[in-house]
Amino acid sequence: MLTANRLRDGDVLYRKGDGWVLMLADGEVYPDQGSADAALAAANAELARNEFVAPYLFEVRDVNGKIIPVKEREIIRAAGPTVHPHTGKQADPLHA
Amino acid sequence: MLNTLVKPIAPNMYRYDEFDAQFVGERVNQFAGQVARRLSGELTEDQFKPLRLMNGLYLQLHAYMLRIAVPYGTLSSKQMRKLAHIARTYDKDFGHFTTRTNLQFNWIKLVDVPKILRELADVEMHCIQTSGNCVRNVTSDQFAGATDEEIEDPRPLAEIIRQWSSLHPEFVFLARKFKIAVGATEKDRAALQWHDMAVQVVKNAADRTGYKVMAGGGMGRTPYVAHVMSEFVEREDILAYLEAVLRVYNQDSRRDNIHKQRIKILINTIGPEEMRRRVQREFEELKRMGTLQLPQEELDRITAYFAPPKFETGLSDAMPDAGADFANWVKTNVYKHKAPGYAIATITLKTPGQVPGDATADQMDTIADLMDQFSLGEVRVTHEQNLVLPHVRKKDLPAIYAKLKELDFASPNAGLITDIIACPGLDYCDLANARSIPIAQKLAKRFENLDRQHQIGELKIKISGCINACGHHHAGHIGILGVDKKGVEFYQLVLGGSGAEDASVGTIMGPGFGEHEIGDAVERVVNVYLAERMDGERFLDTYRRIGMEKFKAAAYQEAVAA
Repeated sequence: MLTANRLRDGDVLYRKGDGWVLMLADGEVYPDQGSADAALAAANAELARNEFVAPYLFEVRDVNGKIIPVKEREIIRAAGPTVHPHTGKQADPLHA
Repeated sequence: MLNTLVKPIAPNMYRYDEFDAQFVGERVNQFAGQVARRLSGELTEDQFKPLRLMNGLYLQLHAYMLRIAVPYGTLSSKQMRKLAHIARTYDKDFGHFTTRTNLQFNWIKLVDVPKILRELADVEMHCIQTSGNCVRNVTSDQFAGATDEEIEDPRPLAEIIRQWSSLHPEFVFLARKFKIAVGATEKDRAALQWHDMAVQVVKNAADRTGYKVMAGGGMGRTPYVAHVMSEFVEREDILAYLEAVLRVYNQDSRRDNIHKQRIKILINTIGPEEMRRRVQREFEELKRMGTLQLPQEELDRITAYFAPPKFETGLSDAMPDAGADFANWVKTNVYKHKAPGYAIATITLKTPGQVPGDATADQMDTIADLMDQFSLGEVRVTHEQNLVLPHVRKKDLPAIYAKLKELDFASPNAGLITDIIACPGLDYCDLANARSIPIAQKLAKRFENLDRQHQIGELKIKISGCINACGHHHAGHIGILGVDKKGVEFYQLVLGGSGAEDASVGTIMGPGFGEHEIGDAVERVVNVYLAERMDGERFLDTYRRIGMEKFKAAAYQEAVAA
């Protein structure tokens, strides 16, 4: 998957098609390295729009039909701090 | 709130003069313009990043983080209320006190930063020198001006160093960040020897007051305890001497490798003797030029801001009797004050289960009320992520304790095993490899039984989520370092470090433990200490006497050779 931060408020974004969504579950999973690299290249080309910063790719896996990041870092980034469950995306009803 | 009619008290601390106010105001306007230019696209992210870092603004895991400077840890009640207001208005209702005695907000929007900086400027605060390769916020002893152990209050010198180093033309773009601490007691509460440079107020054989200067300490990937550069620098020469150290560092440090750019690497590469020689050469040149002497009148002017408050006289010096819980709190959290009838009270932000260093907006407001009602309007932030009421009448301690209990900040654990330092770790930090806070929370809950804490005695656990060591794991009696193994969190144990006057670098025990194993491993290490200790020994003393082997064997549950 491809992620970035929104420039004006820093919120975590996930790439979907030619745009961005706020929830990892709504983001696009690239089936192979080629399509992932192409998405990153497209995002890098859009940096001049000044809507988002720091795009990068990360790995996910399918666990019983649910997309889960491979690394703990991205799991926490997608949900919010584990020590403050009332903050971050986990506080949004849409997160569930 | 304790009492909404509490009248704010202006404590004796440095106040901005016209120049300071103008300087900070102009800096806010400058950064507001830079934010606007970034949002409009006039500045790219590459161009903007160093500018935002110079104003304490990081992009972290979930959002922007704003780090606010608390010079030498001193805050007025007015400033504390402003921090509460910012937490409530621009963040998610809480802030985090750090091991640099600063305050971080974790959910700041870039578009709000100019407004926040203006609000901070209204109470003489800013975010300058909280990031970037410059001289960072100067730290000091949280008991400064209150303890009878000090030769003099170290904060006037800390303030002078702050003013000298702020936007110093030679030192705005150092090879790396540069941290300075100032102390004035034999007992080191400011981790002096772990700083790039440290100044200790001392007296020489002729009983003249001057300064011992140390340099080359630091945490991170390559930990070192500082070397003494000079045992005694005369008062008027101190800025020239500090400038000489920084000048040698700036000229001779490596800029080609980010892991070798700190002054500790320079000094330990060329050797402390050669460093002293180079510093002395620069110092003599600066003295010959005669342009950087600290005039006594300027020292007096700054010192006047920190004049001792007018303490009441005739107060009873007896400790009030307010029950067993209160007595336990006094035992660990109350320290001797220089004025009869007064005490220094530590508020540990470490009730077992809490996030170390976190305070909500309401808690900050109530602490501000306590500051005004009971501590002459002042509080100190400590590098151990606690707060200190520096000047409280002993007779008021029961009322303070009762209010702290309501706040859930009354844990009688200062200096005990549950008074744990933890960096934000992977819950917030973009650099972290593993979470720190949940480990601290679980360890504190595991050891929360107060009798057991007292049985264990002084034991400092310090947890970092990566090798950058913001949680000071190298200086922990028991340090814990979070590492990443193929995306999974593991935790290495580090034993035998100290951040006090007996400073030492901890030793890594061996391979890391899993998240669910580290608590048991720490417990087994503590049990070895309890079994092996001799009368009067702290954990650190026992470790230094018997070494790593038994602790390691117990932690990994291996048999120990007889």
